Amino acid sequence: MKRYIARRLMQGVALLFVVATIVFILGRLTGNPVDLMLPEDATAEDRANLTRALDLDGTLTDQFLIFAGKALHGDLGTSIRMKQPAVQVFFDRLPNTLALIPWALLLGMALGIPLGVVAALHRGSWLDRAAGTVAVLGIAMPSFWLGILLIFVFSVELGWLPSSRMGGPEHYVLPVITLGTFLVAGFMRITRSAMLEVMESEFVKLARIKGLSETTVIWKHCLRNALIPVLTLWGVFVSNLITGAIVTETVFAWPGIGRLTYEAVIFRDFPLLQAVIILKSILILGVNLGVDILYAYVDPRIRLP
Amino acid sequence: MAIAERPPPSAERRSLWRVLLWPSRNTRPRRTARVPWVPIAIISVIIIMAIFAPVLAPHSPIDQTLRDKLLPPVWMEGGSTRYLLGTDAFGRDILSRLIYGARVSLLVALLALTAGGGIGLTVGIVSGYLGGAVDAVLMRLVDAAFTFPAILFALLLAVTMGQGLGTLVIAISLLLWAPFARVIRGEVLALRQRDFVALAKVRGCSAARIMLTHILPNVLNTFMVLVTLNIGVVIIAEATLSFLGAGVPPPTPTWGLMISEGRGRIADAWWVALIPGIAITLLVLSVNLFGDWLRDRLDPRLRQL
Amino acid sequence: MSDTPSGDTVLEVRDLHTHFFLRRGVVKAVDGVSFSLKRGEVLGLVGESGCGKSLTALSLMRLLPKGGARTIKGEVLLGGENLLERTPAEMRAIRGRRLSMVLQDPQTSLNPVFTVGDQLREAIERRRKGASLAEIMKEAVAALRRVEIAAPEQRIGQYPHQMSGGMKQRVVGAIAISGEPEVLIADEPTTALDVTIQLQYLKLLKRLQAENGMAILFITHDFGVVGRMCDRVAVMYAGRIVECGPVKQIFEAPSHPYTRALIASVPKMTGTVGRLTTIEGQPPSLMDLPKGCRFASRCGLVEQRCLDAYPATVQVGEAHTADCWKVSPS
Repeated sequence: MKRYIARRLMQGVALLFVVATIVFILGRLTGNPVDLMLPEDATAEDRANLTRALDLDGTLTDQFLIFAGKALHGDLGTSIRMKQPAVQVFFDRLPNTLALIPWALLLGMALGIPLGVVAALHRGSWLDRAAGTVAVLGIAMPSFWLGILLIFVFSVELGWLPSSRMGGPEHYVLPVITLGTFLVAGFMRITRSAMLEVMESEFVKLARIKGLSETTVIWKHCLRNALIPVLTLWGVFVSNLITGAIVTETVFAWPGIGRLTYEAVIFRDFPLLQAVIILKSILILGVNLGVDILYAYVDPRIRLP
Repeated sequence: MAIAERPPPSAERRSLWRVLLWPSRNTRPRRTARVPWVPIAIISVIIIMAIFAPVLAPHSPIDQTLRDKLLPPVWMEGGSTRYLLGTDAFGRDILSRLIYGARVSLLVALLALTAGGGIGLTVGIVSGYLGGAVDAVLMRLVDAAFTFPAILFALLLAVTMGQGLGTLVIAISLLLWAPFARVIRGEVLALRQRDFVALAKVRGCSAARIMLTHILPNVLNTFMVLVTLNIGVVIIAEATLSFLGAGVPPPTPTWGLMISEGRGRIADAWWVALIPGIAITLLVLSVNLFGDWLRDRLDPRLRQL
Repeated sequence: MSDTPSGDTVLEVRDLHTHFFLRRGVVKAVDGVSFSLKRGEVLGLVGESGCGKSLTALSLMRLLPKGGARTIKGEVLLGGENLLERTPAEMRAIRGRRLSMVLQDPQTSLNPVFTVGDQLREAIERRRKGASLAEIMKEAVAALRRVEIAAPEQRIGQYPHQMSGGMKQRVVGAIAISGEPEVLIADEPTTALDVTIQLQYLKLLKRLQAENGMAILFITHDFGVVGRMCDRVAVMYAGRIVECGPVKQIFEAPSHPYTRALIASVPKMTGTVGRLTTIEGQPPSLMDLPKGCRFASRCGLVEQRCLDAYPATVQVGEAHTADCWKVSPS
């Protein structure tokens, strides 16, 4: 188990190194990164100063070593627009996103998993078909458009819920639905197909032969096994949440790291974007490691090889 | 020599056009699902819109007519038959922009699926057939690509290389290749064990030749299903990047950009933002339903996807 | 076969019909099966794969696979009560406690995410309602010891993937008999095991049967195993039992041509090396059965009447019957 975690950790660090390298190369690929880092109305003097300040006079290898060294000390450059260390800006905004994501995950699991089980149990029924339609729609709708649609219906027309910015619980409703719809659809589809497969297996037959109640057979024996493929897709879901947070926070003017990413793109704030990408990668890798450990907990075949 | 002359069993070798026109007996599902005529019709209409945009569009998608700005669609009070779906904040005809926008969506889908799907196909075949260290390295890369949200790279590319069709296609290809590679590799692993591959080896065919003439035709079925199932992914990704200001730059009309532009006007002119979203949802929904049907018809084993 | 169940008949199956209702047609997988099982008896149910053996077993358990399988006719009398008329809740009370089953593949019969102890506990709990966890676990250890698993105290905390196939099948056996059932159905329990392990497992089953006095319905495609395990044997072909009788009689004087062919295809351990015969042809499609004898298309003795009508069941000896036009009553 420890070796397993250690191996995953090593892979994570290697991947992080690759990401940082790519970010570094892309930053320099298109000529002088000073152009990317300075606002468009910068003077020639500014350029020369920045070139020196950023240690851009050495060879590419030297530059990379300096970049990596600074990165290891938590320095990923200074945001052009905010004139603040990019890392600090990121961590200022991070709590706002973390306040949103668990609710979306909760919505996705609390609705998606039971719906998937029920759809599998009543395969082919109207319930299954209705759940299937919701799933197909949830995947076909771009989430940023869904957010705007929700604002139109619940804020503009009905006036029930606020359309933007953070605040009391009512501010959470629309962003959480926007972020969670895709997850509901995803969790439902996977749970359903995993349940259908597990329900056919011999150990379920044996559980019935033992005379166990249907409730125990379905919700204990089947679901516990069906959750394994559901968990493997957590990595994909986390990826999706990161992407989803960018558009959701943009639509709802939510001051989190998603909105920060959008701002970095819109204002061409390269140092900020570079920092955001590297820090998000760390976040993603951390979550994936957590999922792997959880996975080992659910599936003893991994825990005890 | 008798062996060398014998052609492989006919079911094993199928060219692409045959695969599309007459799925062989052994891949036909027991219960043939109904042909999804409505999705096919919607897809056809959108393709025709894209091809004949200059003929079909009633107005220029770019020219601004400011005195006609924010006119509602024809069925609403104040709507005019001149602008069937209304106009945006610059007085541009929404219907015309929608028609031209289909061009970008479909062109990006075509290019990105060719590039990303092609890379995935190649990696899958090479990795699956050669195995060993090549396989191990390539599959680690695939794992990495799965954990990392490609949207972040796409945003980074847009900032460093500038917005444009090329950047967009590269970015979306990066999102696509990994799932293709993983599924195709699985198929190739099974094919590698088959008699006709062994026969070709005995005959002295080179690895490259076997991959090209024996393996490739047999994974085309799967490839086609993957392509269809991923069209929706590409369209959503393109729209999302456009929405975030990292797509094809304005004034070229794209659906994602139209939603982004109409977002601020949701309170007084909902049609500007909501109509393009309906188009995206309809297209993605149709493509996904068509893909599901095609998968059931050509390769039911892929149902997990 | 007697029509009135005698005092020590525990299970009696009468005219059982289980069909698959598919869009393409009706698959008559079990089509008029009758047999009975006495207390402490081992009845072998033999036939080729696909002849309806396993579906017969699942019909008795009322655990038919999803997808259109239904028992449409017949009676399954366990101690005189018809299981086909029981409600699902009543059936659950019967399963495991009075009628139990061992499945074919030990690799997939145990739930991979729960420990062996957990899975055994679930079965024991039903018999020992209100017992403390410690008592139940003690009983679980005893159950493992009874199926000859070494170091059961350690094994109880292990997961199925940490055990060998033979050991897993012992655990499945322990689970199946933990409710002390009157009848145990063993559906090809040794097919997936190595040959050496097979013998051990059969001996174990025999011993458990002698200890508990339960009756076993032993399903197999292997006539060699039948001789070792069974008191009586029923030969099944294309959804029906074509011959049934004491093992000794069937081996020495098989009546039905199909039984004869089956026995001829078993390699003999003793005696001279004879010619091994195989049965030519394929069994008829269960969707489109002939109106005559189902074996007619593969039978060397076929006559016109075999093709015209299904033969009546003929009493060829004491408790020995066969469905064939060519045999004469004793």
